[in-house]
Amino acid sequence: MNAQEQTPALRFAREFSANRLALAGAAMLVLILLAALTAPLISPQNPYDLAQLDILDSKLAPGAPGATGIMHWLGTDDQGRDMLSAIFYGLRISLLVAALATLAALAIGMAVGLAAAYAGGALDALIMRIVDIQLSFPSILIALVLLAVTGQGVDKIVIALIAVQWAYYARTVRSVALVEKRKEYVDAALCLGYSTPRIVLRHILPNCLPPMIVVAMVQVAHAITLEATLSFLGLGAPITSPSLGLLIANGFTHLLSGKYWISFFPGIALLITLVSINLVGDHVRDVLNPRFK
Amino acid sequence: MLTFISRRFAQSLLTLFVMALLVFAGVYAIGNPVDILISPQADQAEIARATAALGLDQPLWWQFWRFLAQAVSGDLGKSFVSNVPAIHLILERMPATFELALAATLIAVLAGIPLGLWAGLRPESFAGKSIMAGSILGFSLPTFWVGVLLIMVFSVWLGWLPPTGRGETVQVFGIAVSLFTADGLRHLVMPAFNLALFELALLIRLTRSGAREALTQDYVRFALAKGLSMRRVVVVHVLKNIMIPIVTVVGLEFGSVIAFAIVTETIFAWPGMGKLLIDSINTLDRPVIVAYLMIVVFLFILINLAVDVLYSLLDPRVRVTGAGT
Repeated sequence: MNAQEQTPALRFAREFSANRLALAGAAMLVLILLAALTAPLISPQNPYDLAQLDILDSKLAPGAPGATGIMHWLGTDDQGRDMLSAIFYGLRISLLVAALATLAALAIGMAVGLAAAYAGGALDALIMRIVDIQLSFPSILIALVLLAVTGQGVDKIVIALIAVQWAYYARTVRSVALVEKRKEYVDAALCLGYSTPRIVLRHILPNCLPPMIVVAMVQVAHAITLEATLSFLGLGAPITSPSLGLLIANGFTHLLSGKYWISFFPGIALLITLVSINLVGDHVRDVLNPRFK
Repeated sequence: MLTFISRRFAQSLLTLFVMALLVFAGVYAIGNPVDILISPQADQAEIARATAALGLDQPLWWQFWRFLAQAVSGDLGKSFVSNVPAIHLILERMPATFELALAATLIAVLAGIPLGLWAGLRPESFAGKSIMAGSILGFSLPTFWVGVLLIMVFSVWLGWLPPTGRGETVQVFGIAVSLFTADGLRHLVMPAFNLALFELALLIRLTRSGAREALTQDYVRFALAKGLSMRRVVVVHVLKNIMIPIVTVVGLEFGSVIAFAIVTETIFAWPGMGKLLIDSINTLDRPVIVAYLMIVVFLFILINLAVDVLYSLLDPRVRVTGAGT
């Protein structure tokens, strides 16, 4: 095949699909996203509609039929909630929170990082000092403090995750942009008399995107884990819209009496999500990074 | 050299001040602890008296100034809930957390370096690939869920290990230690392993890539050509060369281990300062939250400062660039 006829997207797709493991991860990820998006349609019951719950169904073992006629493949929790349905609904919250936080943090981090790289001087030094200080503390500690201050809620946890993540993006985009800034196409654009915003946004920004996509994929997995951890500690998602982390926390109280499924299966769902994202992310990095070829 | 250290020291102090301001502003700006501490039946006079007793009627900047002045003399306020100095509560819990963090670091180092070496020396072997797969899993698995699994398997199903608590302790120099009793060790194993998991995965990767890189170096080829056994080359030469980044990471990660102990301690009901923090957040016990954060921030700044100073001693180039900014 003639290499010049390929668009970059096509070439990327071909190289990506050469790795079966990554392809399997991508397929899994699509399934997970579908399950999260269509949760109200595919769940056996709406786990947060009290009218559909029957207290007689509480803590049923996996595979037990319930009083309402639903087969509980993954068992039920102490409220008689079908765990499979709860996991689908929990995935929605977990993925929504992580996606929102990552997109917002990416936007903020890239804006700050590009500004630092292009302006240089005192602004650059100040921004990078703040980034360095923030990155010297573990993200869980910063998020924990923020949530202790702001209280629970889906919006609060999104804000906490943005605050934790923006610094990674700012630092990465700055280092990439510093390299791009010295390239000839920027000189050419300057000679053509283009404005600074145009050069930064139309020329430098697109060239910084590939490494940022890789960082963002890794960070989404981090965001999901962090949200789950904070929710497990009781500081994240509220009880009215439980994410996977809170489901695990709820099940944890029943673990010692042998009712493992209430926290085991949400954990499996979390694990599968994280592993598929990491598989895809790792391979995207290998494909986009010419050093690994 | 002295200018570099004093400059870094000044920066650390500034960071400490800024963090103190942020922590104080954040934690004290929310809610009213009086609402929680006083019974709903209390009248206005009682509420006013309690507010004054806790110093909450003063302006915020004055509260902050008083907080700073007292913090310098080691007084971080009294717990709203138990009316004991917050710093005492933290210091009381600190040995348990340090014990857990040290045990976790020890596990990570003692298991991570040999496993990483093995994977680095034989990257194509089955064992090498399994070790790497395991380390990827160690990165992907959420720590708290591994803790849940450990309790499920070893406490509930097998009944081998106690799920919660610290067990029997003995006094060593006036500090309660559970390392020297069988019961204490049984309680320590699961939380320590749980906390070690992330660092273990990290050390395996670091050692592996270090070993793989070292094997292509001239000094290894020369040592082998000289007729030294592979064992001696690895243990004496390769290990010595890859120890520098490993020691750095272990040092820097110690702070993270202390921070992540918050999660592990909550799962295993380990009576350390991380669990104290979560309990205090739930009861809005602000002085304890602030005291915890100040101590941990101080610890972090100390660790970072120590690493920076050590670096400047080992590598003079750091000093030059450090003085330039």
